[in-house]
Amino acid sequence: MKKNHKKAKNKSLIWRQFKKNKGAVIGLIVFCIIVVIAIVSVIVFDFDADITAVKAADRLLPPSKEHWFGTDNLGRDVFARVCYGAQYSLLIGVVSVIISVVFGSLVGAFAAFVGGWIETIIMRLIELLLMIPGILLVIMIVYTFGASIPNLMLALGLSTVPHFARNARASVLTVRNNEYIEASRALGASELSILFKHVLPNAISPILVQATSRISGCIISAAGYSFLGLGVPSPLPEWGAMLSDGRPFIYNYPYLEIFPGLAIMITVLAINQIGDGLRDALDPKLKR
Amino acid sequence: MKIFERKNIIVQQPEIFEGEYVLDVEDLKIRYETDDAVVYAVNGIDLKLKRKQTLGLVGETGAGKTSTVLALLKLIPTPPGVVEAKKILVNGKDVMTLSDKELQHIRGNEIAMVFQDPMTSLDPVYTVGEQIAESYMIHDKLSKKEALEEAKKMLEIVGIPAERSTDFPYQFSGGMKQRVVIAIALACRPNILIADEPTTALDVTIQSQVLDLMKKLNEQYQTSTIMITHDLGIVAETCDEVAVMYAGQIVEKGTLEDVFENTKHPYTEGLFNSLPNMNDRNSKLNPIKGLIPDPTIVFAGCPFAERCRYAKEKCFKQKPTVKHLSESHQVKCLRYDEVDFKIERALK
Repeated sequence: MKKNHKKAKNKSLIWRQFKKNKGAVIGLIVFCIIVVIAIVSVIVFDFDADITAVKAADRLLPPSKEHWFGTDNLGRDVFARVCYGAQYSLLIGVVSVIISVVFGSLVGAFAAFVGGWIETIIMRLIELLLMIPGILLVIMIVYTFGASIPNLMLALGLSTVPHFARNARASVLTVRNNEYIEASRALGASELSILFKHVLPNAISPILVQATSRISGCIISAAGYSFLGLGVPSPLPEWGAMLSDGRPFIYNYPYLEIFPGLAIMITVLAINQIGDGLRDALDPKLKR
Repeated sequence: MKIFERKNIIVQQPEIFEGEYVLDVEDLKIRYETDDAVVYAVNGIDLKLKRKQTLGLVGETGAGKTSTVLALLKLIPTPPGVVEAKKILVNGKDVMTLSDKELQHIRGNEIAMVFQDPMTSLDPVYTVGEQIAESYMIHDKLSKKEALEEAKKMLEIVGIPAERSTDFPYQFSGGMKQRVVIAIALACRPNILIADEPTTALDVTIQSQVLDLMKKLNEQYQTSTIMITHDLGIVAETCDEVAVMYAGQIVEKGTLEDVFENTKHPYTEGLFNSLPNMNDRNSKLNPIKGLIPDPTIVFAGCPFAERCRYAKEKCFKQKPTVKHLSESHQVKCLRYDEVDFKIERALK
């Protein structure tokens, strides 16, 4: 019991710092609402009946009581589609960042911890990946394996691996020469357990902050690639794909673009605010 | 009832080494090879340590004290470090020839180290209990729960209430942190404890508490200790034997009485003379003139010759050899070839 209490005390320090940032708290609330919407819409809306079914009679209706955000050129309810689309954006953002965080920071941390020529080789290889423009990498992967959500996640994840590897390397470099690392070596701990038990936990906060802000980057990229037809295939209501579908009607029916666009903007803004708040809360130099 | 039995796990005492010397180092040389220069940190050191004895390693910053003890644990980073020695026997095992696995077994279990700065030698993300428990989990293969119980006992031993084992290092004061560090080092009952300036970062009152604690625990666990320090007062208080280091060499070595009462080497004399005089508070300090030499230089003669007021021409040209003045007392100075040579240490 006591232990839990103490641990909570340490965490509450970060939480207290986070709470001071009003934008971050609002961002967190908005983000939670979006997550709830994503979950609820999966339960409430039927994929075939509400999301993809073509209803010729309801084509291009303006926003009304019946259809809050209006309907698109195939008579589909835009509100339902925007809500249903939240899950794709969130999933793509989170999963692709997890891919790059796990892979990138492990590689970077390992390189920095081992040092020497191994580090040089690993980091040059990673930078080779950095040399390929992100969009080219996505086009390559999508054209080889086909346009689907998992492939898009993989492509987005891979394209940010170098950034995480470099960041992880940098923060491990600052940690690995600390005396407590030397001390646990003098205690007889093995190199691998030192890396995972002492180096990574101390180097994790910059990686965590970067990961949070990368989620929003990935959501924007995913929408962009879907808009270009490289991402989520069309009948699925991904926000970027919806923008693409509505493009021919933008002059007469702007709400087809406004609502998915707003959804992207609000989500990204919320996540960025959380990232900012986390950065301030985890930065030991700013800690009061 | 079961729970009670579990609590009384007795940590295995590592088998006590039966040889006369727990530590036997012969001709230890350490140099660091960088792109710009080669730094000769330690130039041929012999060290022997008997069981239950405390050896003080004294010398200026950069004399090679820390490099020497790190070599005993084989913790010198290579590259750039290069370690050469005829033998480094820890409990009769030569660390130079051991595999990484065997080294990890020895470290913490048979030879442990207390680092200089308690502020930085604890990991900020774990509770102190978890950090003490780590060595039980590594060496005695206890489960986490058992290890944490042992850690609490260890905390009590160093004078910290057991319920504070769930606190993080930032919730402790400097002196308490150093107690925790000592608890970690002594957790697995090592035969040899290396203390690298354990009290430099602490104020004087805490310093004496920590030293008393170390002394008490050493007697209790029959640990041999190497105490690195530049404080001659600490040496006088805690050590049985003293080795004075200068420029990577041991210039004088002997029992506490030998070195303190019967000082032979001009450098040791200089160290004592530079102490502030407590009886005459207005007297000027009397430092050794000059600075410790550039460690990238290889000397033809005695490295101390430049600063030595007894130096003669031969001191610059000829390497000094070890003179045994008595069974315990040895000095590395050429002038003792002359029968009637004496230094004039001002005894206060």
